[in-house]
Amino acid sequence: MANTLESPDTKPKLPQRLQNAQQQAADWMQDSQFWTSIFRPGSIFRKGYTDSPRNRSYVIMNSVLYHLHPVKVKRHAVKVSYTLCLGGLSFFLFILLTITGIFLMFFYRPTDTAAWADIESLHTQVAFGLLVRNMHRWAAHLMVITVFLHMARVFYHGAYKAPREFNWVVGVMLLQLTLLLAFTGYLLPWDQLALWAVTVGTNMMGFTPVFGEQVRFVLLGGQQIGAETLLRWYVLHVLMLPFVIVIFMAIHFWRVRKDGGISGPL
Amino acid sequence: MTEIPEHLLRRSAEARARATGAPAAGEGEAPAAAQPDDDDGVTIPRSLLEASQQPGGAPAVAGMAPAGGPAAAGGGVATALPPLMAGPAGNTHRLLTVVKSGSIQDVKASPGDKVHVWPHLLAAEFTAALFITAFTLVFSLFINAPLLELANHNETPNPSKAPWYFLGLQELLTMFDPMIAGVTIPGVALILLAFAPYVDKNPSLRPEDRKFAISVQTIHLMFWAVLVIIGSFFRGQGFNFTYPWDTGLHGIFHL
Repeated sequence: MANTLESPDTKPKLPQRLQNAQQQAADWMQDSQFWTSIFRPGSIFRKGYTDSPRNRSYVIMNSVLYHLHPVKVKRHAVKVSYTLCLGGLSFFLFILLTITGIFLMFFYRPTDTAAWADIESLHTQVAFGLLVRNMHRWAAHLMVITVFLHMARVFYHGAYKAPREFNWVVGVMLLQLTLLLAFTGYLLPWDQLALWAVTVGTNMMGFTPVFGEQVRFVLLGGQQIGAETLLRWYVLHVLMLPFVIVIFMAIHFWRVRKDGGISGPL
Repeated sequence: MTEIPEHLLRRSAEARARATGAPAAGEGEAPAAAQPDDDDGVTIPRSLLEASQQPGGAPAVAGMAPAGGPAAAGGGVATALPPLMAGPAGNTHRLLTVVKSGSIQDVKASPGDKVHVWPHLLAAEFTAALFITAFTLVFSLFINAPLLELANHNETPNPSKAPWYFLGLQELLTMFDPMIAGVTIPGVALILLAFAPYVDKNPSLRPEDRKFAISVQTIHLMFWAVLVIIGSFFRGQGFNFTYPWDTGLHGIFHL
């Protein structure tokens, strides 16, 4: 038994040496100018990060997240049972939709002759094409639901009251923009479902007094849905409405902080 | 104050005795002797003032930390090595003044119950993001987005339905004149919704104080939800009323 005991001059075993090498590489990387230039002081990725109140503050203060979050929030604001995370989920679904949408744009031409066939070949010819299209579609429906539920949640908490009145108005705008984004995207597959759903939807628009017909004409690019409509709705869907909604979201998030964080507790 | 071993205390007391020329025995009693009870809460206690004016820092030190007990004598440790710039009695510190807490310190009345965003909020947000991504991914793995035949202007599907979130409007159109169903009702609903904070002047957040607002909003939301459900599941051929368990959802409900 004595010869199995470790003597002090025995070399470390291979896993140990690998671990040491890994540690040395990590130390070298974290000490490098390159690394420290990316991660500002207080970052959890910096060498020697320790969990302290000061560092917890630095994690936010010294990162781009400071544009979105303050260093500290009211204790009840982090309770999932209060917000149900609905606003955050809506925002995250928007990001997910942007990512999947950019993927889809690589394979899609907004013309009446190519659009449907592009979607068809996306299903069969493109790696993960069907999956990404599915995700885009379901995330869009989900976002309509989460934005709606977020509105309901905010109402029932009375969170639209002073000083948050204007942020509520911005939120109602965001709800409408979300519906418009979903609706413009609905036409793009250019199948029977898209064509006739949008026909029904835009016919309702025509009932608006005074300018209803004109708005409908501009949106459709004619008296009825055609190739011009497809191009217009494509540009609205991938560029104009996202641009507008991002501006409104920026104001919305900024006002949440300026109005003193989220409301409550009840 | 940390615990200081007995022998170190004794050694420091001896060293101080050598430096000051006073007997070492007196040092141990000093802290107990200097319990100030002349603190009227406004002026500087007289005992502290006197202590700060007389040489030999020991009583002053004891006065500053009356609760320190025997460890208060640890103030004498610094004199174990007589410093170069020591005062006439070997003391290195002089008490200039004592400031009552609250007189110049800005103590916030209510600091509030706050938590750090990292990790408490960010971790929750990250979890929620992961969850919704996983949900969307798994849902997309099993259920495909619809793609019907190529758009055909000459073939109207029966029924023709708007996307589900507009089916409430389409449902209203079956009941009222377009001017009312398509314009007045949704317009008024939307304007009232947007201006809710300016219409609802009640400042309370408590549900029991907001019975009217909550009732109106619940009826409003349920109004649209019921219409959307009827439009989605209970409207078949020719947008006529049907039961989904009679006709099935095929052809009457698309996402």
